[in-house]
Amino acid sequence: MPTVNVDQEYLFKALGRKYSTDEFRELCFEFGIELEEDTSELAMAIEQIGEAAARAQGLSDKPLYKIDIPANRYDLLSPEGIARSLKIFLGQGKPPTYTVRKPKGGKLQQIIVKKETAQIRPHVVGAILRDVTFTPEMYDSFITLQDKLHNNICRKRTLVAIGTHDLDTIQGPFTYEALPPSQINFQALNQPKAMPCPELFEHYRTKDKHIGKFLHIIENSHVYPIILDAKRVVCSLPPIINGDHSKITLKTKNVFIECTATDLTKAKVVLNTMVATYSQYSATPFTVEPVEVVYPNGKKYTYPDVAPRRMEASIDYITSAIGVKLTPAEVVHHLERMSLGATLTKDQKTVLVDVPITRSDILHACDIMEDVAIAYGFNKIPKTLPAVNTVGKPFPINKLSDQIRRELALAGFSEVLPLTLCSHDENFAHLRQPDNGLAVELANPKTVEYQVVRTSLIPGVLKTLRENKSRPLPLQTQERRARNERRVCIAYANKKSAFEIIHGMLGRVMAMLNVPTTQYAIRESKNESFFPGRRAEIVYNGNVIGHFGIVHPEVLGHFELALPVTLLEMNLEPFL
Amino acid sequence: MAAAAVPVSTDDLAQLVLNTIDRDGAIASSADLRFQGQPVENQALHGALSSLERREMITYETIEFDKWVLTAEGADIEANGSHEAKVFNAVPADGLAIGDLAKKVGAESAKIGQGKAFKNKWIGKGKNGQLVRLVASIRDVTQEDLATIKKTHAHPDAKVLAELKKRKLCDKEKVTHYRVAKGPHFSTVIVKQATDLTVDMLLSGSWQNLDFKKYNFDALGQEPSGGHLHPLMKVREEFRQIFFEMGFEEMPTNRYVESSFWNFDALFQPQQHPARDMHDTFFLKNPATSNRFPKACMEQVKQVHSTGGFGSIGYGYDWKEEEAEKLLLRTHTTAVSSNMLYKLAHQEGGFTPAKYFSIDRVFRNETVDATHLAEFHQVEGVIADVGLTLGDLIGFINVFCQKMGVTNIRFKPAYNPYTEPSMEIFSYHQGLGKWVEIGNSGMFRPEMLGPLGLPDNVRVIAWGLSLERPTMIKYGIDNIRELLGHKCDLEMIQKNPICRLDKKMGREN
Repeated sequence: MPTVNVDQEYLFKALGRKYSTDEFRELCFEFGIELEEDTSELAMAIEQIGEAAARAQGLSDKPLYKIDIPANRYDLLSPEGIARSLKIFLGQGKPPTYTVRKPKGGKLQQIIVKKETAQIRPHVVGAILRDVTFTPEMYDSFITLQDKLHNNICRKRTLVAIGTHDLDTIQGPFTYEALPPSQINFQALNQPKAMPCPELFEHYRTKDKHIGKFLHIIENSHVYPIILDAKRVVCSLPPIINGDHSKITLKTKNVFIECTATDLTKAKVVLNTMVATYSQYSATPFTVEPVEVVYPNGKKYTYPDVAPRRMEASIDYITSAIGVKLTPAEVVHHLERMSLGATLTKDQKTVLVDVPITRSDILHACDIMEDVAIAYGFNKIPKTLPAVNTVGKPFPINKLSDQIRRELALAGFSEVLPLTLCSHDENFAHLRQPDNGLAVELANPKTVEYQVVRTSLIPGVLKTLRENKSRPLPLQTQERRARNERRVCIAYANKKSAFEIIHGMLGRVMAMLNVPTTQYAIRESKNESFFPGRRAEIVYNGNVIGHFGIVHPEVLGHFELALPVTLLEMNLEPFL
Repeated sequence: MAAAAVPVSTDDLAQLVLNTIDRDGAIASSADLRFQGQPVENQALHGALSSLERREMITYETIEFDKWVLTAEGADIEANGSHEAKVFNAVPADGLAIGDLAKKVGAESAKIGQGKAFKNKWIGKGKNGQLVRLVASIRDVTQEDLATIKKTHAHPDAKVLAELKKRKLCDKEKVTHYRVAKGPHFSTVIVKQATDLTVDMLLSGSWQNLDFKKYNFDALGQEPSGGHLHPLMKVREEFRQIFFEMGFEEMPTNRYVESSFWNFDALFQPQQHPARDMHDTFFLKNPATSNRFPKACMEQVKQVHSTGGFGSIGYGYDWKEEEAEKLLLRTHTTAVSSNMLYKLAHQEGGFTPAKYFSIDRVFRNETVDATHLAEFHQVEGVIADVGLTLGDLIGFINVFCQKMGVTNIRFKPAYNPYTEPSMEIFSYHQGLGKWVEIGNSGMFRPEMLGPLGLPDNVRVIAWGLSLERPTMIKYGIDNIRELLGHKCDLEMIQKNPICRLDKKMGREN
């Protein structure tokens, strides 16, 4: 879940009142965001690096709310977005109407897409914010939101990357090209000088991990995407870095936003989120100047598309799915509190919703229904019980294994629960068994010893015995289930081996399963996990269904056990 | 040290005590007791006294005091004089070269005694630097004090004791003696008492005349042998019970490996969703893929993700079959629920209302710590019927929570790719004084149910929680690794009580 830091004073000003921590937490709870912490920059730093170091950095102790945002609400990733949505939720305002305003003379800025980009990052969209006044706070928010978008919807810049530029330093039409790295040489953002691309990448790889972690997205391509202005000034090398030349400063007035992407839908959402959040700072708030994207085949598209998306939902569906009685007017009222423009059809049976560009999360009428439920209040919905009659039933193998585990406990064997994941060696070599190809292997474990899904219960049981060396003897344990096969494993560890005890337990299990001795046989085996001459296999209906015996001393050694262990492992499935 | 005590049987000691009391009326201090002329061993005596007291033949009380004894060094000084006295005595009237002192009194006495003798102004330095006597004679107070302690095991001056203890010349021991008096059933004859009722006593009827030994109710009973069930499984059984009480059928969750299709795609979880990252999910190396999922269903899933359908605009991205084929260890049991709902839709005779539950293991590619394991158990419930409401889900969870002893709950709007509405379940935690999340719930999205083949008017409500969390809370366990996995202590399994979700167990944290 993304977290957004919001200045308390800013928020209180927007909401027109002060909140105590508890009051604000309640408001968040109701709306569906979460107040994670009431803190400050200084307090957060103290937590991380300690009091002295934090104070030395001269951080602000202005109160901050750290707020958790649902992963699909990109419109809430900025203080501006949170403040606006809460204000509307509290009934103190209406959602803004966004307007596209063409420049004087009507000639749009263009981004001309070259066909080579199709090989690496085929899409680009853009927009221009005019006559913006930056304040330090807004500048921070502007940079932070791009970061949050990059980390969330943009999937660490793989799907979309945002570039923002001081339009007055560059000149359109812009071109979106894909060039071999050898032809790229420019001064990247915050670099002291122009550098050839390979040198720049080497710098990021070794000295700047924050940017270095994005190199993989394009570095194996023979061409890199690049946005150039009419004079071939490099605006950006997406998704890595912008050019220093066109960087945004507090003095910037006109902002050119471009988003390059492999996923066009998401690029539009990202662009719209930037426009929706910052167009309020334009001289004419909530207006945006469009940009024309020209594809190699001559097709032209104009961005951003700020027109609301029309959706509909029947009032009956909304109220019946929630389980409340609401008038159509109440439905409209609730939707408006969720920043959704809503009107009713003439027959009052359907609500027409104009989904603003901020609400890309709304895909279906069920999303509209949910917003009504949130605004109504989940906790005010009358509690009912489903009127459905069904018959309860256990899953048969679970029932059988539960019955067996109780029998084993009655017989003195305590239940243990080792992990399913183990190392390849534990599953095979440590048991003196060859890899029979039956174990499922993991591709990407974070913990090195998790290599396979066990095919035997024995390693886990032996590891549990190992961790319990200091317990009084004997240790008697049981476990069930490996692979997709329900098994049972029982182990006895004491100062001397106990073949007869485990043999006796087999008899007990079979007696409890109501299997007469005539129906199963025990014969000496050559199972390498066990001690020669003291190892047996269990044959039932002509199939070997399990093994038991004294654990081979080498196996004990692999599991660092100094005690003789006698154990049994058998399959329960044939008895289902 | 006291003289060595002779080993004597408890019976003999008891008889000695009774005889002594009979003769003297009482025993003022057991220090004076003698068995065949030897002091008696204290622990054995205590055993005899307790036994007599249980029979109410005597009463006794404990007298404790400090006994001062000499250390080995102290004993040496008491016998041979203090270091400083030795030094003084070693210096003849005409003086002694410093270098020769150690030869005469030994290195240790020379080192310690010289300074002290100087300090006492017993000796000094002569003209030629040699040691000379400054007084004609001395009184060795240390030796005298130690002699007093040796004789009386005490000293009238507490300061002296403290000083000598500091010098490690003497130390105190705790000594216990007993004062004994007659009890209500005093007699010098000990009648033999029976401890257990035996078959012989029953046969002979002798139990009627026997004197039975008083049972020591303060002692611990004998620990039974037997096996023990794991606390996590005890909690699982409670949850299963609740589900059965409410008419739920258990889902077949006996398969850990799933395709991304059932784990994600069928749940309308987009292919770029962070949960599908290598960082969060265990993908398989071998076997790596499987396309064993129904193709017609897959086509609908593909469509609803990429271009929409079933009333949805979809996510608008290029859905890839290869992604859906990737095998993984299921990240949630909902992978099984989606499969079950597909079967429910396609069963002979079509859809019928259903209630399903599962409690089973799921896997996350987590870095292991005190609250995270790469595998844990999920509890999940699913209800499918025509016309279910959010109120039904809220009401149902409320009843379910009451059955598990959680009475104060409320719901917070949340986001989950496959449920809408999505609600986090919070309960008020008295100890922490705040609302804590205990589970997740929601109504499955039409984009999920449509491709699975469920009729339009069927709604499916579901909720889930972890099994480990409530277990850790109920049993007061802080570290998940001590609960699940091979690091768990067999004693923990043995000692933990039955699970009573609806009662306070007294271990809750």
